[in-house]
Amino acid sequence: MNVVNSPTEEIRARIEADSSARVVVTLYWASALFWLTFATLAGLISSIKLHSPDFLNYEWLTFGRIRPVHWDTAIYGFGGLAASGTLLWLQARLCQVKLPFRGPLIIGGILYNLGMVLGVIAVLAGYSTGVETLEFPVWAMTFLVLPFVVIVIANFTMYARKKTQHTYVSQWYLMAVTVWFPVLVLSAEACINFGAVDGVAQAIANWWYGHNVVGLFATPTGIAAAYYLIPKVIGKPIHSYHLSLVGFWTNAIFYNWAGTHHLTGGPLPAWTITVGVVGSMMMFIPVITIGINHHMTMLGSFHLLKTSPTLRFAVMGSMMYTVASFQGSLEALRTHQEVTHFTHYTIGHVHLGMYGFFAPLMFAMMYYAMPRLMRQEWSSARLIRIHFWCTLVGTALYGGAMCFAGVKQGLMMNDPAIPFLKVVEFTIPFLQLRTLAGLILLSGTMAFLINFGRMMARHKLTFADPTLFTSERNWDALLEEEQKV
Amino acid sequence: MGRTLFLALGIFLTIACSVTGLVILPNWQFQGLKPVTKKDGVKYPMPYFGDNHKGRAEYISHGCIYCHSQQVRMKGYGADIRRGWGTRRSVPRDYIYDYPHQLGTMRTGPDLANIGARQPSRDWHSLHLYDPQITSPGSVMPRFYYLFDEVKQGESPRAGAIKVPDGYPNRGSVVAIVPNERGEQLIAYLKWLNQSFPLPEAQQ
Repeated sequence: MNVVNSPTEEIRARIEADSSARVVVTLYWASALFWLTFATLAGLISSIKLHSPDFLNYEWLTFGRIRPVHWDTAIYGFGGLAASGTLLWLQARLCQVKLPFRGPLIIGGILYNLGMVLGVIAVLAGYSTGVETLEFPVWAMTFLVLPFVVIVIANFTMYARKKTQHTYVSQWYLMAVTVWFPVLVLSAEACINFGAVDGVAQAIANWWYGHNVVGLFATPTGIAAAYYLIPKVIGKPIHSYHLSLVGFWTNAIFYNWAGTHHLTGGPLPAWTITVGVVGSMMMFIPVITIGINHHMTMLGSFHLLKTSPTLRFAVMGSMMYTVASFQGSLEALRTHQEVTHFTHYTIGHVHLGMYGFFAPLMFAMMYYAMPRLMRQEWSSARLIRIHFWCTLVGTALYGGAMCFAGVKQGLMMNDPAIPFLKVVEFTIPFLQLRTLAGLILLSGTMAFLINFGRMMARHKLTFADPTLFTSERNWDALLEEEQKV
Repeated sequence: MGRTLFLALGIFLTIACSVTGLVILPNWQFQGLKPVTKKDGVKYPMPYFGDNHKGRAEYISHGCIYCHSQQVRMKGYGADIRRGWGTRRSVPRDYIYDYPHQLGTMRTGPDLANIGARQPSRDWHSLHLYDPQITSPGSVMPRFYYLFDEVKQGESPRAGAIKVPDGYPNRGSVVAIVPNERGEQLIAYLKWLNQSFPLPEAQQ
């Protein structure tokens, strides 16, 4: 094993890793942003439909089709591609090796996008499998699974070639993702869409998958990003190595079992639900240990949030991880589920997790890595500021409105004296607030897209210093200057 | 390398355990479930057939599951039974022919496990699907107008047509509607949904 010793060698290895990953990671992240925009638009349309059902009321865009398209493009399109890009870049960097299999990875990225397009068209045309989060027909899913074969092999190859002696916490999580995701998707597809399991057992398998696709794919990548970025930006080591070990293994053991709380009160044997409730309760252990590790590392460095865009998104993500996970664990309790199950509360929770925790960490990753990949800085600090505040305000408004409305909706539904349509009437103002939140989130995404697009356009704008919130950059003036040169 | 192998194996074991526990074991537990024979010799549940089978595909294709559940929670847990969504709780045997399952996790609209028993009328289902505002003013369900042929004023009457009520504000020149093939299938499926047979295990 070649061990990197001197700091100059280490820097050279890092630059080599970055330039080798440029095309692949940029492709994955640019596609991820495309699908994020698409998913946000689909979500906005679904949201409007729930308070104004005549909006775009065509068969292909009916709520029951655009709503799964929203979730599938968010989790597979944005989530899958953003996480894969993160995985490849972070692993190359932490192992200090060049990204291998770049050709196959590029083909994989293109195939993945093709699979997404096919899947979206299939669901809109009415060919959904009818299984939540696995709506894409198997032939479209295949295009999503194949690239993962290359990603998994690339990940293990980098790990085997690594030039560093130790393994960093983030690498455990990335390793876990590459083992879990193939097992998860293959067993779910085999058991659900090929008919090995049916009836109620299929529902259990369905929610085992539905919960784990977030928990064993998005969550570990998000945590890996937080573990990497927070110490990196503030220049302090992680609070406790031992806590990260406890956090990792308890997360690995317990998250797996939590999914069945999605079926509380359903026609299932009590043991399956109990397993889900116990799994969810035990999740307090990893969530608290990971929380302590992230937040204690930050302690004393909060003033840096004023300047660093990466840190601001990363800290928002890690804080929302704690909040959304506490909420999720409590939500699994039977008493809680009696009220909030079947309501908008669950939808609020999912968005706090995906848009409050996972997405900001992916944004943080992109804000940190893209200038290093492209050797070019972000053109506008103001656009980053807009992106951040839209993400924070939009998510808070979304989560707040939906969770409050959900509790009240559940209490009203549990009172048989209140006619059902009165419950519907009660939720409408909150559903309109949700549309507003969606618009805010979309504006933030647009700001990010503009900044990202300018970087893609590769104007040779080089800055001596990184773009911070305190930087004053004027795009037009810079372009003028560039033309003069 | 030893540590790497340990890490990868440990990670694999965690998911292998939950696949066994939550996918394979429940499947074993329910594999032996058979329908019961009622006093009149008819079996419950019965496999889907003909129109209700095709209608189920329409239900899936239109994504009804994203707003409607098909499961009645037990007495004392929620108000499903008191709301009249069923006479008993749902049990695994009710679903032995359900593939893919449509249990659902959302109730933007009411539960449909017993919609066939609650609303047995073809006319009601037709008007409700054509425009929910006719039967349920204030509903946020979309109009599934494309599942119907419209009979306009002055056109010759058609067999099986359902008259659109006079007070309906958006009727325009439409006097009656006829469900098209897909519409009839979806209605057949909705009318088929019925868990009122008192299965013994649901009484406990």
